Amino acid sequence: MEGFTNFLKSLALWELIKGMRVTGGHFFSRKITVLYPEEKTPQSNRFRGLHALRRYPNGEERCIACKLCEAVCPALAITIEAEERADGTRRTTRYDIDLFKCIYCGFCEESCPVDSIVETRLFEYSFENRGENIMTKQMLLAVGDKYEAQIAADRQQDARYR
Amino acid sequence: MTDIALRKSYKMHWLIILLAAAVFWSGVILLAIRYWDEIKSIAVVYDLIKIVVIVAPLMVGVAYLTFAERKIIGYMQVRIGPNRVGPRGWLQPIADALKLLMKEIIIPTNANRFLFVLAPMLSIAPALAAWAVLPFTSKLVLANIDASLLYVMALSSIGVYGVIIAGWASNSKYAFLGAMRSAAQIVSYEIAMGFALVGVLIAGGSLNLVDIVQHQQGSVLHWFWLPLLPLFLIYFISGVAETNRAPFDVSEGESEIVAGFHVEYSGMAFAVFFLAEYANMILIAALASLMFLGGWLSPFEGVLTDRFLGSSGLPGIILGNGIHWLFAKMSLMLLLFLWFRATFPRYRYDQIMRLGWKVFIPITIVWLALEGAAVQLHIGPWFD
Repeated sequence: MEGFTNFLKSLALWELIKGMRVTGGHFFSRKITVLYPEEKTPQSNRFRGLHALRRYPNGEERCIACKLCEAVCPALAITIEAEERADGTRRTTRYDIDLFKCIYCGFCEESCPVDSIVETRLFEYSFENRGENIMTKQMLLAVGDKYEAQIAADRQQDARYR
Repeated sequence: MTDIALRKSYKMHWLIILLAAAVFWSGVILLAIRYWDEIKSIAVVYDLIKIVVIVAPLMVGVAYLTFAERKIIGYMQVRIGPNRVGPRGWLQPIADALKLLMKEIIIPTNANRFLFVLAPMLSIAPALAAWAVLPFTSKLVLANIDASLLYVMALSSIGVYGVIIAGWASNSKYAFLGAMRSAAQIVSYEIAMGFALVGVLIAGGSLNLVDIVQHQQGSVLHWFWLPLLPLFLIYFISGVAETNRAPFDVSEGESEIVAGFHVEYSGMAFAVFFLAEYANMILIAALASLMFLGGWLSPFEGVLTDRFLGSSGLPGIILGNGIHWLFAKMSLMLLLFLWFRATFPRYRYDQIMRLGWKVFIPITIVWLALEGAAVQLHIGPWFD
Protein backbone atom coordinates (compact mmCIF):
# COMPACT_ATOMS: atom_id res chain seq x y z
CA MET A 1 0.00 0.00 0.00
CA GLU A 2 2.77 2.38 0.95
CA GLY A 3 4.53 1.48 -2.24
CA PHE A 4 1.44 2.40 -4.20
CA THR A 5 1.01 5.81 -2.53
CA ASN A 6 4.70 6.47 -3.12
CA PHE A 7 4.17 5.59 -6.77
CA LEU A 8 1.25 8.00 -7.03
CA LYS A 9 3.23 10.68 -5.22
CA SER A 10 6.15 10.37 -7.60
CA LEU A 11 3.81 10.49 -10.60
CA ALA A 12 2.28 13.69 -9.25
CA LEU A 13 5.79 15.16 -8.76
CA TRP A 14 4.80 15.70 -5.13
CA GLU A 15 8.28 15.95 -3.60
CA LEU A 16 9.47 18.19 -6.43
CA ILE A 17 6.59 20.59 -5.87
CA LYS A 18 7.38 20.64 -2.16
CA GLY A 19 10.97 21.56 -2.99
CA MET A 20 9.87 24.29 -5.33
CA ARG A 21 7.61 25.68 -2.61
CA VAL A 22 10.67 26.12 -0.39
CA THR A 23 12.70 28.01 -3.00
CA GLY A 24 9.62 29.92 -4.13
CA GLY A 25 9.03 31.02 -0.55
CA HIS A 26 12.58 32.24 -0.21
CA PHE A 27 12.18 34.26 -3.39
CA PHE A 28 10.00 36.67 -1.44
CA SER A 29 11.90 36.58 1.84
CA ARG A 30 14.08 39.42 3.10
CA LYS A 31 17.53 39.30 1.51
CA ILE A 32 20.52 38.96 3.79
CA THR A 33 23.15 40.31 1.39
CA VAL A 34 25.55 42.83 2.91
CA LEU A 35 26.41 45.45 0.29
CA TYR A 36 30.06 45.27 1.22
CA PRO A 37 31.87 48.52 0.56
CA GLU A 38 28.86 50.50 1.77
CA GLU A 39 27.78 48.14 4.53
CA LYS A 40 30.05 46.14 6.80
CA THR A 41 29.40 43.36 9.25
CA PRO A 42 30.29 44.03 12.90
CA GLN A 43 33.79 43.04 13.99
CA SER A 44 34.88 41.39 17.22
CA ASN A 45 37.49 43.09 19.37
CA ARG A 46 39.36 39.80 19.05
CA PHE A 47 39.49 40.11 15.25
CA ARG A 48 42.80 38.83 13.87
CA GLY A 49 43.85 40.93 10.91
CA LEU A 50 47.03 42.71 9.86
CA HIS A 51 49.87 42.60 12.41
CA ALA A 52 51.34 45.52 14.33
CA LEU A 53 54.21 46.07 16.77
CA ARG A 54 53.33 48.27 19.74
CA ARG A 55 55.32 50.76 21.79
CA TYR A 56 55.17 51.82 25.41
CA PRO A 57 53.60 55.23 26.07
CA ASN A 58 57.13 56.70 26.39
CA GLY A 59 57.91 55.70 22.81
CA GLU A 60 60.13 52.71 23.61
CA GLU A 61 59.33 49.69 21.50
CA ARG A 62 57.91 46.82 23.51
CA CYS A 63 59.56 43.95 21.68
CA ILE A 64 62.50 42.45 23.60
CA ALA A 65 63.41 39.91 20.93
CA CYS A 66 62.59 36.89 23.08
CA LYS A 67 61.62 35.10 19.85
CA LEU A 68 58.70 33.26 21.46
CA CYS A 69 56.47 34.33 18.55
CA GLU A 70 59.03 33.07 16.05
CA ALA A 71 59.13 29.75 17.90
CA VAL A 72 55.37 29.34 18.21
CA CYS A 73 54.49 30.43 14.69
CA PRO A 74 53.07 27.30 13.00
CA ALA A 75 53.59 28.72 9.51
CA LEU A 76 57.18 29.92 10.11
CA ALA A 77 56.11 33.34 8.93
CA ILE A 78 58.16 35.35 11.45
CA THR A 79 61.91 36.02 11.11
CA ILE A 80 63.70 37.81 13.94
CA GLU A 81 67.30 38.96 14.33
CA ALA A 82 68.45 40.65 17.55
CA GLU A 83 71.44 42.58 18.88
CA GLU A 84 72.48 44.40 22.01
CA ARG A 85 71.67 48.05 21.79
CA ALA A 86 73.97 50.88 23.02
CA ASP A 87 72.08 51.11 26.32
CA GLY A 88 72.65 47.41 27.00
CA THR A 89 69.06 46.20 26.29
CA ARG A 90 68.30 43.50 23.79
CA ARG A 91 66.26 44.67 20.79
CA THR A 92 65.39 43.36 17.37
CA THR A 93 67.33 44.51 14.34
CA ARG A 94 64.97 42.70 12.04
CA TYR A 95 61.37 41.63 12.53
CA ASP A 96 59.75 40.33 9.33
CA ILE A 97 56.36 38.74 8.89
CA ASP A 98 55.60 37.07 5.58
CA LEU A 99 51.88 37.68 5.08
CA PHE A 100 51.67 34.96 2.44
CA LYS A 101 52.84 32.39 5.00
CA CYS A 102 50.87 33.79 7.92
CA ILE A 103 47.66 31.95 8.72
CA TYR A 104 46.38 34.58 11.17
CA CYS A 105 46.10 32.09 14.04
CA GLY A 106 47.01 34.68 16.68
CA PHE A 107 49.56 32.45 18.44
CA CYS A 108 52.26 35.16 18.19
CA GLU A 109 50.01 37.59 20.01
CA GLU A 110 49.20 35.00 22.69
CA SER A 111 52.82 34.06 23.23
CA CYS A 112 54.12 37.60 23.54
CA PRO A 113 55.11 38.36 27.15
CA VAL A 114 55.11 42.12 26.62
CA ASP A 115 52.03 42.51 24.38
CA SER A 116 54.23 43.76 21.58
CA ILE A 117 53.14 41.84 18.49
CA VAL A 118 49.37 42.12 18.04
CA GLU A 119 46.85 41.49 15.31
CA THR A 120 44.70 44.48 14.47
CA ARG A 121 41.25 44.78 12.97
CA LEU A 122 42.65 45.72 9.54
CA PHE A 123 41.79 43.27 6.83
CA GLU A 124 41.35 45.37 3.68
CA TYR A 125 44.87 45.39 2.30
CA SER A 126 46.36 44.15 -0.93
CA PHE A 127 49.71 43.82 -2.66
CA GLU A 128 50.47 45.01 -6.15
CA ASN A 129 54.13 44.04 -6.44
CA ARG A 130 56.37 41.18 -5.44
CA GLY A 131 57.91 41.59 -2.01
CA GLU A 132 55.12 43.74 -0.61
CA ASN A 133 53.91 40.72 1.30
CA ILE A 134 56.86 41.03 3.70
CA MET A 135 56.00 43.31 6.63
CA THR A 136 59.26 44.72 8.00
CA LYS A 137 59.82 46.03 11.52
CA GLN A 138 59.37 49.65 10.40
CA MET A 139 56.07 48.86 8.68
CA LEU A 140 54.78 46.91 11.68
CA LEU A 141 55.72 49.70 14.08
CA ALA A 142 54.04 52.23 11.79
CA VAL A 143 50.82 50.24 11.83
CA GLY A 144 51.06 50.02 15.62
CA ASP A 145 51.63 53.77 15.97
CA LYS A 146 48.73 54.61 13.71
CA TYR A 147 46.15 52.36 15.38
CA GLU A 148 47.45 52.33 18.97
CA ALA A 149 44.23 53.78 20.40
CA GLN A 150 42.08 51.08 18.82
CA ILE A 151 44.57 48.32 19.71
CA ALA A 152 44.77 49.41 23.33
CA ALA A 153 40.98 49.67 23.61
CA ASP A 154 40.52 46.18 22.19
CA ARG A 155 43.09 44.68 24.60
CA GLN A 156 41.47 46.55 27.52
CA GLN A 157 38.07 45.09 26.65
CA ASP A 158 39.54 41.61 26.69
CA ALA A 159 41.83 42.07 29.71
CA ARG A 160 39.86 40.00 32.25
CA TYR A 161 39.92 36.93 30.02
CA ARG A 162 43.66 36.98 29.37
CA MET B 1 55.90 49.44 -27.41
CA THR B 2 55.50 47.33 -24.31
CA ASP B 3 53.12 44.43 -24.07
CA ILE B 4 50.58 46.31 -21.95
CA ALA B 5 50.56 49.32 -24.23
CA LEU B 6 49.99 46.98 -27.16
CA ARG B 7 47.00 45.42 -25.46
CA LYS B 8 45.60 48.84 -24.65
CA SER B 9 45.85 49.88 -28.29
CA TYR B 10 43.88 46.76 -29.24
CA LYS B 11 41.18 47.86 -26.85
CA MET B 12 41.18 51.26 -28.51
CA HIS B 13 40.68 49.51 -31.83
CA TRP B 14 37.63 47.80 -30.42
CA LEU B 15 36.14 51.08 -29.35
CA ILE B 16 36.72 52.55 -32.81
CA ILE B 17 35.17 49.47 -34.43
CA LEU B 18 32.12 49.70 -32.18
CA LEU B 19 31.71 53.37 -32.93
CA ALA B 20 32.05 52.79 -36.68
CA ALA B 21 29.51 49.96 -36.46
CA ALA B 22 27.05 52.22 -34.67
CA VAL B 23 27.42 54.94 -37.32
CA PHE B 24 27.15 52.39 -40.14
CA TRP B 25 24.03 50.70 -38.85
CA SER B 26 22.21 53.90 -38.04
CA GLY B 27 22.95 54.97 -41.62
CA VAL B 28 21.63 51.64 -42.93
CA ILE B 29 18.45 51.97 -40.88
CA LEU B 30 17.88 55.55 -42.07
CA LEU B 31 18.33 54.48 -45.70
CA ALA B 32 16.02 51.52 -45.17
CA ILE B 33 13.27 53.80 -43.86
CA ARG B 34 13.81 56.18 -46.79
CA TYR B 35 13.51 53.43 -49.46
CA TRP B 36 11.09 51.13 -47.61
CA ASP B 37 8.71 50.45 -50.49
CA GLU B 38 11.50 49.49 -52.91
CA ILE B 39 13.06 47.18 -50.31
CA LYS B 40 9.75 45.51 -49.66
CA SER B 41 9.46 44.49 -53.29
CA ILE B 42 12.78 42.56 -53.21
CA ALA B 43 11.82 39.28 -51.54
CA VAL B 44 15.31 38.22 -50.38
CA VAL B 45 16.10 41.51 -48.72
CA TYR B 46 12.68 41.68 -47.12
CA ASP B 47 13.08 38.17 -45.71
CA LEU B 48 16.52 39.03 -44.41
CA ILE B 49 15.05 42.02 -42.61
CA LYS B 50 12.39 39.79 -41.10
CA ILE B 51 15.08 37.39 -39.91
CA VAL B 52 16.97 40.22 -38.26
CA VAL B 53 13.77 41.39 -36.61
CA ILE B 54 13.38 37.92 -35.07
CA VAL B 55 17.02 37.18 -34.24
CA ALA B 56 18.04 40.55 -32.80
CA PRO B 57 15.37 40.59 -30.06
CA LEU B 58 16.17 36.93 -29.44
CA MET B 59 19.80 37.82 -28.73
CA VAL B 60 18.72 40.61 -26.40
CA GLY B 61 16.31 38.15 -24.81
CA VAL B 62 19.15 35.70 -24.26
CA ALA B 63 21.30 38.41 -22.68
CA TYR B 64 18.56 39.43 -20.31
CA LEU B 65 17.59 35.83 -19.62
CA THR B 66 21.07 35.33 -18.18
CA PHE B 67 20.52 38.42 -16.07
CA ALA B 68 17.09 37.22 -14.96
CA GLU B 69 18.61 33.86 -14.13
CA ARG B 70 21.27 35.35 -11.90
CA LYS B 71 18.77 37.64 -10.22
CA ILE B 72 16.03 35.06 -9.70
CA ILE B 73 18.34 32.31 -8.48
CA GLY B 74 19.97 34.89 -6.26
CA TYR B 75 16.62 35.86 -4.77
CA MET B 76 15.75 32.23 -4.19
CA GLN B 77 19.06 31.84 -2.35
CA VAL B 78 18.22 34.87 -0.18
CA ARG B 79 20.79 37.11 -1.84
CA ILE B 80 20.25 39.95 -4.30
CA GLY B 81 22.35 38.96 -7.30
CA PRO B 82 24.29 41.33 -9.56
CA ASN B 83 23.56 44.96 -8.76
CA ARG B 84 26.75 46.87 -9.55
CA VAL B 85 26.84 47.45 -13.33
CA GLY B 86 24.33 50.11 -14.22
CA PRO B 87 21.19 50.88 -12.25
CA ARG B 88 20.26 47.78 -10.20
CA GLY B 89 22.62 45.74 -12.38
CA TRP B 90 20.67 46.23 -15.61
CA LEU B 91 23.83 46.65 -17.71
CA GLN B 92 25.43 43.45 -16.37
CA PRO B 93 24.66 41.31 -19.46
CA ILE B 94 26.12 44.01 -21.73
CA ALA B 95 29.30 44.06 -19.65
CA ASP B 96 29.45 40.26 -19.80
CA ALA B 97 29.03 40.26 -23.56
CA LEU B 98 31.73 42.91 -24.04
CA LYS B 99 34.09 40.98 -21.80
CA LEU B 100 33.60 37.81 -23.83
CA LEU B 101 34.08 39.74 -27.09
CA MET B 102 37.42 41.11 -25.90
CA LYS B 103 38.77 37.78 -24.74
CA GLU B 104 41.18 35.69 -26.72
CA ILE B 105 39.90 32.49 -28.32
CA ILE B 106 42.42 29.83 -27.35
CA ILE B 107 42.59 26.76 -29.61
CA PRO B 108 44.39 23.90 -27.86
CA THR B 109 47.53 22.70 -29.67
CA ASN B 110 46.30 19.17 -30.18
CA ALA B 111 42.73 20.11 -31.01
CA ASN B 112 41.26 19.59 -34.43
CA ARG B 113 41.18 23.22 -35.48
CA PHE B 114 38.49 22.92 -38.15
CA LEU B 115 36.02 20.99 -36.03
CA PHE B 116 36.87 23.06 -32.96
CA VAL B 117 35.75 26.21 -34.74
CA LEU B 118 32.86 24.50 -36.49
CA ALA B 119 31.25 23.10 -33.33
CA PRO B 120 29.90 26.34 -31.83
CA MET B 121 28.38 27.25 -35.20
CA LEU B 122 26.77 23.84 -35.46
CA SER B 123 25.19 24.31 -32.07
CA ILE B 124 23.87 27.83 -32.59
CA ALA B 125 22.62 27.45 -36.16
CA PRO B 126 19.75 25.03 -35.40
CA ALA B 127 18.87 26.95 -32.25
CA LEU B 128 18.27 30.03 -34.41
CA ALA B 129 16.94 28.30 -37.53
CA ALA B 130 14.10 26.69 -35.59
CA TRP B 131 12.67 30.16 -35.00
CA ALA B 132 11.85 30.44 -38.70
CA VAL B 133 8.59 28.54 -38.32
CA LEU B 134 7.50 29.71 -34.87
CA PRO B 135 4.28 31.72 -35.17
CA PHE B 136 4.01 34.74 -32.90
CA THR B 137 0.40 35.33 -33.90
CA SER B 138 -1.74 33.73 -36.61
CA LYS B 139 -0.39 36.31 -39.12
CA LEU B 140 3.06 36.99 -37.70
CA VAL B 141 5.14 34.02 -38.84
CA LEU B 142 8.25 34.03 -41.02
CA ALA B 143 7.56 30.70 -42.76
CA ASN B 144 4.10 29.23 -42.29
CA ILE B 145 4.93 25.74 -43.55
CA ASP B 146 2.69 22.72 -43.13
CA ALA B 147 5.18 20.45 -41.39
CA SER B 148 6.51 23.09 -39.02
CA LEU B 149 6.32 20.81 -35.99
CA LEU B 150 8.42 18.23 -37.81
CA TYR B 151 10.87 20.92 -38.85
CA VAL B 152 11.32 22.11 -35.27
CA MET B 153 11.70 18.54 -34.09
CA ALA B 154 14.38 17.86 -36.71
CA LEU B 155 16.34 21.00 -36.00
CA SER B 156 16.31 20.58 -32.26
CA SER B 157 17.87 17.14 -32.79
CA ILE B 158 20.71 18.54 -34.86
CA GLY B 159 21.91 20.66 -31.95
CA VAL B 160 23.51 17.59 -30.38
CA TYR B 161 26.13 17.46 -33.16
CA GLY B 162 27.60 20.74 -31.96
CA VAL B 163 28.02 19.26 -28.51
CA ILE B 164 29.55 15.99 -29.70
CA ILE B 165 31.93 17.66 -32.12
CA ALA B 166 32.98 20.25 -29.54
CA GLY B 167 33.79 17.50 -27.07
CA TRP B 168 35.70 15.45 -29.60
CA ALA B 169 37.59 18.29 -31.28
CA SER B 170 38.84 19.68 -27.96
CA ASN B 171 40.99 16.57 -27.45
CA SER B 172 40.35 16.82 -23.71
CA LYS B 173 39.08 14.07 -21.44
CA TYR B 174 36.64 16.29 -19.58
CA ALA B 175 35.21 17.66 -22.79
CA PHE B 176 34.93 14.18 -24.24
CA LEU B 177 33.16 12.80 -21.17
CA GLY B 178 30.78 15.73 -21.19
CA ALA B 179 30.02 15.28 -24.87
CA MET B 180 29.35 11.55 -24.46
CA ARG B 181 27.04 12.10 -21.52
CA SER B 182 25.20 14.86 -23.29
CA ALA B 183 24.82 12.94 -26.53
CA ALA B 184 23.31 9.90 -24.81
CA GLN B 185 21.02 12.10 -22.76
CA ILE B 186 19.76 14.20 -25.65
CA VAL B 187 19.12 11.16 -27.82
CA SER B 188 17.19 9.44 -25.02
CA TYR B 189 14.97 12.38 -24.23
CA GLU B 190 14.35 13.10 -27.89
CA ILE B 191 12.15 9.99 -27.97
CA ALA B 192 9.94 10.96 -25.04
CA MET B 193 9.73 14.46 -26.48
CA GLY B 194 8.78 13.10 -29.89
CA PHE B 195 6.00 11.02 -28.38
CA ALA B 196 4.71 14.07 -26.53
CA LEU B 197 4.64 15.93 -29.84
CA VAL B 198 2.77 13.03 -31.45
CA GLY B 199 0.12 13.56 -28.77
CA VAL B 200 -0.09 17.21 -29.72
CA LEU B 201 -0.47 16.51 -33.40
CA ILE B 202 -3.19 13.93 -32.75
CA ALA B 203 -5.07 16.47 -30.64
CA GLY B 204 -4.44 19.33 -33.03
CA GLY B 205 -4.99 17.27 -36.18
CA SER B 206 -2.15 19.09 -37.90
CA LEU B 207 1.62 19.49 -38.06
CA ASN B 208 1.26 23.20 -38.67
CA LEU B 209 1.93 25.21 -35.53
CA VAL B 210 -0.57 27.92 -36.48
CA ASP B 211 -3.30 25.29 -36.93
CA ILE B 212 -2.37 23.64 -33.64
CA VAL B 213 -2.79 26.90 -31.79
CA GLN B 214 -6.04 27.74 -33.61
CA HIS B 215 -7.33 24.32 -32.61
CA GLN B 216 -6.99 25.23 -28.94
CA GLN B 217 -9.46 28.09 -29.21
CA GLY B 218 -12.31 28.24 -26.71
CA SER B 219 -11.07 28.82 -23.19
CA VAL B 220 -8.18 28.04 -20.87
CA LEU B 221 -9.67 24.57 -20.46
CA HIS B 222 -9.55 23.99 -24.21
CA TRP B 223 -5.81 24.48 -24.32
CA PHE B 224 -4.00 21.18 -24.72
CA TRP B 225 -2.32 21.30 -21.32
CA LEU B 226 -5.43 19.83 -19.72
CA PRO B 227 -6.26 16.86 -21.96
CA LEU B 228 -2.54 16.21 -22.48
CA LEU B 229 -1.36 17.03 -18.95
CA PRO B 230 1.12 14.11 -18.63
CA LEU B 231 2.46 14.84 -22.11
CA PHE B 232 2.83 18.51 -21.22
CA LEU B 233 4.85 17.68 -18.11
CA ILE B 234 6.94 15.15 -19.98
CA TYR B 235 7.51 17.54 -22.85
CA PHE B 236 8.68 20.28 -20.56
CA ILE B 237 10.89 18.06 -18.41
CA SER B 238 12.39 16.51 -21.56
CA GLY B 239 12.92 20.04 -22.81
CA VAL B 240 14.92 20.82 -19.69
CA ALA B 241 16.96 17.67 -20.33
CA GLU B 242 17.38 18.52 -24.04
CA THR B 243 18.85 21.91 -23.23
CA ASN B 244 21.19 20.35 -20.64
CA ARG B 245 19.82 22.55 -17.92
CA ALA B 246 19.80 21.72 -14.21
CA PRO B 247 18.82 19.20 -12.86
CA PHE B 248 19.87 17.38 -16.04
CA ASP B 249 23.14 19.24 -16.52
CA VAL B 250 25.47 16.24 -16.26
CA SER B 251 27.00 17.21 -19.59
CA GLU B 252 28.59 20.24 -17.98
CA GLY B 253 28.38 19.01 -14.36
CA GLU B 254 30.52 21.73 -12.77
CA SER B 255 31.52 19.70 -9.75
CA GLU B 256 32.42 16.57 -11.72
CA ILE B 257 33.86 17.45 -15.11
CA VAL B 258 34.62 21.17 -14.78
CA ALA B 259 32.45 22.52 -17.60
CA GLY B 260 31.89 19.45 -19.77
CA PHE B 261 32.01 19.73 -23.51
CA HIS B 262 33.03 23.40 -23.60
CA VAL B 263 35.94 23.37 -21.09
CA GLU B 264 38.45 24.23 -23.78
CA TYR B 265 36.43 27.08 -25.25
CA SER B 266 37.02 30.68 -24.31
CA GLY B 267 35.93 34.12 -25.39
CA MET B 268 33.41 34.40 -28.18
CA ALA B 269 33.51 30.68 -29.05
CA PHE B 270 32.32 29.93 -25.54
CA ALA B 271 29.76 32.72 -25.76
CA VAL B 272 28.27 31.10 -28.85
CA PHE B 273 27.65 27.87 -26.92
CA PHE B 274 26.16 29.94 -24.16
CA LEU B 275 23.91 31.76 -26.63
CA ALA B 276 22.81 28.45 -28.14
CA GLU B 277 21.90 27.00 -24.75
CA TYR B 278 19.78 29.99 -23.82
CA ALA B 279 18.25 30.35 -27.29
CA ASN B 280 17.25 26.69 -26.99
CA MET B 281 15.69 27.37 -23.61
CA ILE B 282 13.63 30.17 -25.08
CA LEU B 283 12.72 27.93 -28.02
CA ILE B 284 11.50 25.13 -25.72
CA ALA B 285 9.52 27.68 -23.71
CA ALA B 286 7.96 29.07 -26.89
CA LEU B 287 7.07 25.62 -28.20
CA ALA B 288 5.55 24.57 -24.87
CA SER B 289 3.47 27.75 -24.86
CA LEU B 290 2.34 27.23 -28.45
CA MET B 291 1.50 23.56 -28.21
CA PHE B 292 0.11 23.25 -24.71
CA LEU B 293 -0.73 26.73 -23.45
CA GLY B 294 -2.58 28.16 -26.41
CA GLY B 295 0.20 30.37 -27.79
CA TRP B 296 -1.12 33.85 -28.43
CA LEU B 297 -4.67 32.96 -27.32
CA SER B 298 -5.95 35.05 -24.46
CA PRO B 299 -6.80 33.21 -21.21
CA PHE B 300 -9.91 35.42 -20.99
CA GLU B 301 -11.48 33.68 -23.96
CA GLY B 302 -14.70 32.08 -22.84
CA VAL B 303 -14.70 34.27 -19.72
CA LEU B 304 -15.27 37.64 -21.39
CA THR B 305 -17.40 38.03 -24.52
CA ASP B 306 -15.82 37.73 -27.96
CA ARG B 307 -17.18 41.14 -28.88
CA PHE B 308 -15.27 42.77 -26.00
CA LEU B 309 -12.06 40.85 -26.73
CA GLY B 310 -12.25 41.66 -30.44
CA SER B 311 -12.85 45.36 -29.86
CA SER B 312 -10.12 47.79 -30.86
CA GLY B 313 -10.07 49.67 -27.56
CA LEU B 314 -7.10 49.39 -25.21
CA PRO B 315 -8.71 46.87 -22.81
CA GLY B 316 -9.78 44.76 -25.77
CA ILE B 317 -6.26 44.72 -27.17
CA ILE B 318 -4.66 43.92 -23.82
CA LEU B 319 -7.11 41.21 -22.79
CA GLY B 320 -7.72 39.88 -26.30
CA ASN B 321 -5.54 37.48 -28.28
CA GLY B 322 -2.11 38.79 -29.13
CA ILE B 323 1.62 38.34 -29.13
CA HIS B 324 1.88 39.61 -25.55
CA TRP B 325 0.08 36.51 -24.28
CA LEU B 326 2.65 34.32 -26.03
CA PHE B 327 5.46 36.28 -24.38
CA ALA B 328 3.75 36.07 -21.00
CA LYS B 329 3.44 32.28 -21.32
CA MET B 330 7.04 32.00 -22.48
CA SER B 331 8.19 34.05 -19.50
CA LEU B 332 6.32 31.72 -17.19
CA MET B 333 7.98 28.68 -18.75
CA LEU B 334 11.41 30.34 -18.55
CA LEU B 335 10.78 31.18 -14.92
CA LEU B 336 10.17 27.47 -14.37
CA PHE B 337 13.55 26.69 -16.00
CA LEU B 338 15.27 29.01 -13.54
CA TRP B 339 13.16 27.82 -10.63
CA PHE B 340 14.15 24.22 -11.36
CA ARG B 341 17.78 25.19 -11.42
CA ALA B 342 17.50 26.92 -8.06
CA THR B 343 15.70 23.97 -6.49
CA PHE B 344 16.81 20.56 -7.68
CA PRO B 345 20.14 18.82 -7.21
CA ARG B 346 21.71 17.20 -10.25
CA TYR B 347 20.43 13.76 -11.30
CA ARG B 348 22.82 10.87 -11.20
CA TYR B 349 23.59 9.69 -14.71
CA ASP B 350 21.90 6.28 -14.49
CA GLN B 351 18.84 7.93 -12.95
CA ILE B 352 18.58 10.25 -15.92
CA MET B 353 18.61 7.27 -18.26
CA ARG B 354 16.10 5.41 -16.10
CA LEU B 355 13.77 8.41 -16.04
CA GLY B 356 13.93 8.85 -19.80
CA TRP B 357 13.59 5.26 -20.90
CA LYS B 358 11.64 3.51 -18.14
CA VAL B 359 9.32 6.29 -16.95
CA PHE B 360 8.69 8.89 -19.62
CA ILE B 361 8.46 6.68 -22.68
CA PRO B 362 5.97 4.20 -21.11
CA ILE B 363 3.83 7.05 -19.78
CA THR B 364 3.70 8.76 -23.15
CA ILE B 365 2.78 5.51 -24.90
CA VAL B 366 -0.04 4.84 -22.43
CA TRP B 367 -1.34 8.37 -22.81
CA LEU B 368 -1.16 8.21 -26.59
CA ALA B 369 -3.33 5.07 -26.46
CA LEU B 370 -5.84 6.79 -24.18
CA GLU B 371 -5.84 9.86 -26.37
CA GLY B 372 -6.35 7.78 -29.49
CA ALA B 373 -9.35 6.15 -27.87
CA ALA B 374 -10.71 9.55 -26.83
CA VAL B 375 -10.34 10.85 -30.37
CA GLN B 376 -12.09 7.80 -31.79
CA LEU B 377 -14.94 8.14 -29.30
CA HIS B 378 -15.14 11.92 -29.82
CA ILE B 379 -14.89 12.73 -26.14
CA GLY B 380 -15.59 16.46 -25.83
CA PRO B 381 -14.86 19.27 -25.39
CA TRP B 382 -11.39 18.58 -26.81
CA PHE B 383 -11.75 15.75 -29.28
CA ASP B 384 -15.22 16.26 -30.72
